[in-house]
Amino acid sequence: MAVMMMREAINLALHQEMERDPDLIVLGEDVVGGMGTAGGPESVGGVWRTTTGLYAKYGAERVIDTPISESAIIGAAAGAALTGQRVVAELMFADFIGVCMDQIWNQVAKFRYMFGGRTRCPLVIRMIYGAGVNAAAQHSQSPHAMLTSMPGLKVVMPSNPYDAKGLLLAAIRDDDPVIFMEHKALFGLRGEVPEEDYTIPIGHAQLVREGDDATIVATGQMVGFAARAADALAAQGIACDVLDLRSTSPLDEEAILDSVEQTGRLIVVDEGPPRCGLAGDIAGLVSSKAFMALKAPIEMVTPPHTPVPFARELERAYLPQPEQIEAAVRRALGLQGA
Amino acid sequence: MQLSRDALKQAYRQMKVIREFEERLHLEIQTGEIAGFTHLYSGQEAVAVGICEQLSDDDRIISTHRGHGHCIAKGCDVKGMMAEIYGRATGLCKGKGGSMHIADIEKGMLGANGIVGAGAPIAVGAAISAKRQGRKGVSIAFSGDGACNQGTTFEAMNMAVVLKVPCIFVFENNHYSEHTGDAYAVATASSIAGRAEAFGMRAWHGNGCDFSEVHSVMEEVLAYVRETGLPAAVEFDTERFFGHFEGDAQKYRGPGELDRIRSERDCLAIFREKVTAAKLLEGEDIDAIDAEVLAEIEEAVGHARQSPRPDPADALTDVYISY
Repeated sequence: MAVMMMREAINLALHQEMERDPDLIVLGEDVVGGMGTAGGPESVGGVWRTTTGLYAKYGAERVIDTPISESAIIGAAAGAALTGQRVVAELMFADFIGVCMDQIWNQVAKFRYMFGGRTRCPLVIRMIYGAGVNAAAQHSQSPHAMLTSMPGLKVVMPSNPYDAKGLLLAAIRDDDPVIFMEHKALFGLRGEVPEEDYTIPIGHAQLVREGDDATIVATGQMVGFAARAADALAAQGIACDVLDLRSTSPLDEEAILDSVEQTGRLIVVDEGPPRCGLAGDIAGLVSSKAFMALKAPIEMVTPPHTPVPFARELERAYLPQPEQIEAAVRRALGLQGA
Repeated sequence: MQLSRDALKQAYRQMKVIREFEERLHLEIQTGEIAGFTHLYSGQEAVAVGICEQLSDDDRIISTHRGHGHCIAKGCDVKGMMAEIYGRATGLCKGKGGSMHIADIEKGMLGANGIVGAGAPIAVGAAISAKRQGRKGVSIAFSGDGACNQGTTFEAMNMAVVLKVPCIFVFENNHYSEHTGDAYAVATASSIAGRAEAFGMRAWHGNGCDFSEVHSVMEEVLAYVRETGLPAAVEFDTERFFGHFEGDAQKYRGPGELDRIRSERDCLAIFREKVTAAKLLEGEDIDAIDAEVLAEIEEAVGHARQSPRPDPADALTDVYISY
């Protein structure tokens, strides 16, 4: 099986699905890059190199490079999806949802409901998110909780190249709108990715480490951090379940509750803001549905209630680190040195 | 092109259905039987009908919060619309949308829309589909003198020109964005369509209270867009006979203003006068249509009133196709 980076897995999925489905179109800012320049189309190959080669193969009618107009990008994607196309729109940074939130929140998410179930809007909004590359406050955020709170959207957050390909293909083939969140610090992560077509059903968490002492729940970049913490704890004789949610909407409640029933301890790790966020949401779920199984208070490992800072030292202090996760597990177990 | 007698009767009928639908709603809302916010289209009928009579199901439109007229003109079922506004299970959206969210995708009606300015970008997407589907379909974004000030409208116009898609931006200037005059809120109140020209597309203007003018201007616009595949804009000067929403006391209107626009700028009266003077239709033809339409609206109201209310359990359905 080929080993590739997450960005390559995403690029492969887009190429394969464009080939398979003639109704699929891709649009966004610089998804081609170089339009209207001396260098010409594809002199850039997509800012994140996830859309490289699509324009050369499928042309301007299906690979649509847009002006910097996020509302019009998402609106046009929605309009095309309502009228017979399947659409992948790219938001270069998830932070830009501020510019186009109306189209996501009031339009895309609500069409089907408002119109009494008589429409479908097969749209994937790929958005690049997350901290860890010193991109500062407006290019590093993780707004998944906000989007997860919106009925009508699905929210998918792959943590590795294999999942990125399988989940993206599932998202594109889904008839509901899907927010597909790609962590910019994971684009270079390598892993085995099959060449053949496969999908991973949306809404199913995956257990990436197994153990009876505590449950660590995470998404995206935090999955790798949690696995590192679990490996360090394993060396100390502490065994943890690490659950990669893979999507926050739908949320695999059963997988979370089953694990907590076994371990009696929950550590939720999230890269989003601490208030009204995913960590609190999952803590609430477990408190209301598995309270009697808990042997210790739920631990929430999140950034502080601040914007994402720029400097390396500051950003590192902001972002949950494997050592903090490890300490949280030890606290839950009532161990010294926590 | 001079329309046939049948086409004229059909056009008048559509305008009359919209007018009576709205006039009746204006009365029914006062009984308290209809919930929520309703924005009436009376006064602007010639625009919706003058445009939509020239469209097919391959052509898509997207409307505004003042959407009843566009829905009817594009072929949405009138009984289903009335039942929707009454919040009944038989409504076009099963009572989940209400006045501001009536849609019928199969008829090419992509929805009324509660957010001012939200429609134009969506119309660009429908135009992308139209271009790919290769049936010379166009998409039309209806906007008012309110939406013309939203950034989304500018983004959409620029993108339509850049992507070369058959999207038509129709600006219905009824001179009020909610409760504010265009003279105050629109920096280019004398020409909204001029903004579209600045984005690099051709633009037209017309008297939105004169059906024949709307029709002939649109004939030209549609021929141009279908032929070139390029976007275009058109602005119609029109009038809003009611307030922004039902219940609006309209204290912003000038003395005698409503009487004046009703007597001088009523597109139905102007239509009748013109076609009878030109002997294209007889007064009796029009009277007969008026009677038919009144009966149709009466039936729609009766149907809505007798329709079952939605089952509360249905509040949970139609969020997703699968979840």
